[in-house]
Amino acid sequence: MDQTRAPLLEALEHMRGDRLVPFDVPGHKRGKGNPALMEFLGERCLSVDVNSMKPLDNLCHPTGVIREAEALAAEAFGAAHAFFMVGGTTSAVQAMILANVKSGEEIILPRNVHQSAIHALVLCGAVPVYIDPQADRRLGIALGMSVEEVRRTIAAHPSAKAILVNNPTYYGICSNLRAITRLAHESGLRVLADEAHGAHFYFGENLPVSAMAAGADLAAVSMHKSGGSLTQSSLLLCGPGVDADYVRQIINLTQTTSGSYLLLSSLDISRRNLALSGAEIFAKVERFAEYARGEINALGDYYAYSRELVNGDSVFDFDTTKLSVNTLGLGLAGIEVYDLLRDEYGIQIEFGDLGNILAYLSVGDKNKNIERLISALGEIRRVHRRAGRGLLESEYIRPVVERSPQAAFYAEKVSLPLAACIGQVSGEFVMCYPPGIPILAPGERVTAEIAEYIRYAREKGCLLTGPACMDASRLNVLKGD
Amino acid sequence: MDDLWYSEYHAKDVRFSIRVTRQLHWEKSDYQEISVFESPEFGRFLTLDGIMMLTERDEFIYHEMIVHPALAVSPDIRRVLVIGAGDGGVARELTKYPGIERIDVVEIDERVAAVCKEFLPQTACGFRDARVNLIFQDGLKFVRRTEQTYDLIIVDSTDPFGPGEVLFTREFYGNCRRALTERGILVNQHESPFYREDADAMTAAHRLIGQVFPESFVYQAHIPTYPSGHWLFGFASASLDPVADLRADEWNALNIPTRYYNTDLHRGAFALPTYVKELLRDG
Repeated sequence: MDQTRAPLLEALEHMRGDRLVPFDVPGHKRGKGNPALMEFLGERCLSVDVNSMKPLDNLCHPTGVIREAEALAAEAFGAAHAFFMVGGTTSAVQAMILANVKSGEEIILPRNVHQSAIHALVLCGAVPVYIDPQADRRLGIALGMSVEEVRRTIAAHPSAKAILVNNPTYYGICSNLRAITRLAHESGLRVLADEAHGAHFYFGENLPVSAMAAGADLAAVSMHKSGGSLTQSSLLLCGPGVDADYVRQIINLTQTTSGSYLLLSSLDISRRNLALSGAEIFAKVERFAEYARGEINALGDYYAYSRELVNGDSVFDFDTTKLSVNTLGLGLAGIEVYDLLRDEYGIQIEFGDLGNILAYLSVGDKNKNIERLISALGEIRRVHRRAGRGLLESEYIRPVVERSPQAAFYAEKVSLPLAACIGQVSGEFVMCYPPGIPILAPGERVTAEIAEYIRYAREKGCLLTGPACMDASRLNVLKGD
Repeated sequence: MDDLWYSEYHAKDVRFSIRVTRQLHWEKSDYQEISVFESPEFGRFLTLDGIMMLTERDEFIYHEMIVHPALAVSPDIRRVLVIGAGDGGVARELTKYPGIERIDVVEIDERVAAVCKEFLPQTACGFRDARVNLIFQDGLKFVRRTEQTYDLIIVDSTDPFGPGEVLFTREFYGNCRRALTERGILVNQHESPFYREDADAMTAAHRLIGQVFPESFVYQAHIPTYPSGHWLFGFASASLDPVADLRADEWNALNIPTRYYNTDLHRGAFALPTYVKELLRDG
């Protein structure tokens, strides 16, 4: 196929030239009905915010240009089929799970999954079997899954239908995806990869293996992160053994029937860009990251980690385009450094958790901005460093699952103050956002350790999401449990 | 003579024009567009990205005022770091002081220095002194990594909208503080209070410097070819008051030749118009 083509882009350009008289939605009619919106977003943008029509195909049932664009994407990513997604990678992760497990069936997951994966279990009623990720106590981060642990878990749950793997984690850590895939396939499990942070693995050189190359069955790929497309656009990739028609039916259960052509065309344009220049782009990003790591480590107290973490198992590989920095050596929580960078230096980074920050690097970065980041970190160290006391060390807390997420989510519940929840079974989620990985999921017992962790995260200024009580000072727990 | 005019926007709705006889040079470097023109009234002048940097006719005002006030407060300054200043004008003024031992000039764009050496010897002569070390590097990167300490740092930057942007950040000022001695002084090109966009940059710079240095002051000069003609400089340190701590007799005894600066003007330069004081206070 010709990767220089962009069928959706071409069709939209053509439509713009046709000067159609619009008697269809959207009601802003190419922006003319909403001058303030037109002023803000621009005429060129609103002129292609259109509804599906014959020459533009239909996202729910693609037979024309969307199908062609998806076929080009499939080829570029080495997949048998690609779906353009407009509900974020959340929708891709959920479709992937809903297409492979049903009510009561087991799915094996690392505990450091994105919330969207467990949300899918609330929807479909499948039962999670968690694999404890190994944890690095010094860094306070969850690592990948050990192959041995996966083997044991599969043996203990012979009826499990699927296994989900982060490729990579938010911090850039990869499990041995090839070996896990081989193991899972031998036992008849489907392999689902969450590649929310891995779109570049398909194009960069010397990067960890991509899910499709490793033989995984499905992969949810955030094109809007390293791929460069618009926020909320994403891809769901299927390997050769997957019934793509069934996956489409599953996607259509929850996907909008008014898919945005702004999002869709951004996927098409970004795929073309990656296919043509991806290797060069990610080589540049990696150079930025390598330089920044060297300089940040030379500042002292910070630890910008990389491939040296690789241990052949729970850290099988590391994504060197990521700039993850541990801040505990300064006596500061990651979230504190995150806040200082934004409030005092005008630098917005991707996230700060209790022990780390992540600065997202991309082809859009400039040397001078990387210098600003490094210098600001140097200043924060000079001005704010304190003797490291009272910082929580490890972030990983082993969940005690008492009910399926669906049963607990829909059960009768009562709201109690956080301290009184200890020993009860949670009826809701608690996440730190970002990264959006659950501290507590519905059906899990609230331990003293978890309650303390939530209290500490609140005190450090983390945004806690999930509970009905917005500030997480109370939790809904199961009645009479 | 053809009716050729060089024009630049001083504000969105205001233009400033100079009749030119010819363009001596144009190039696009890795960082910016560099031009040199010749004009009947202002002599040769240098522009970067279409913005006037200096003219032969009035550059003495800017260069004297960015250098001498600090030396008149601390005549014992020995080590100086200059950021920007690829034209050599700041170095030229500094080399008038026999007591200065080392002058490190850090310019990001090697081409600016090369073009000035070729076309603007009036300022580029500052590079000829043996005490001057010309270093081509990003100013922030240099300050961040330097192991030296300086008695004076002079920031002769472009406006904060191009390569000069990083020289208007808190992380830059903070790293300057680290690189200064206890009695060290930071002097910076501080934009203008008059047109809105310049004034916003000016108040932002003052606010950020104040977050890093306990004492920060602003002073002024009249520079005909800069927007509004009314230009400001910053003077920041740990504890110095540039008027109360002025050592006028000592400075005058040095017999430094100047055309604009003198120690009477020094006191007046720190006396700011009311609207400027209000901008600085409310910024």
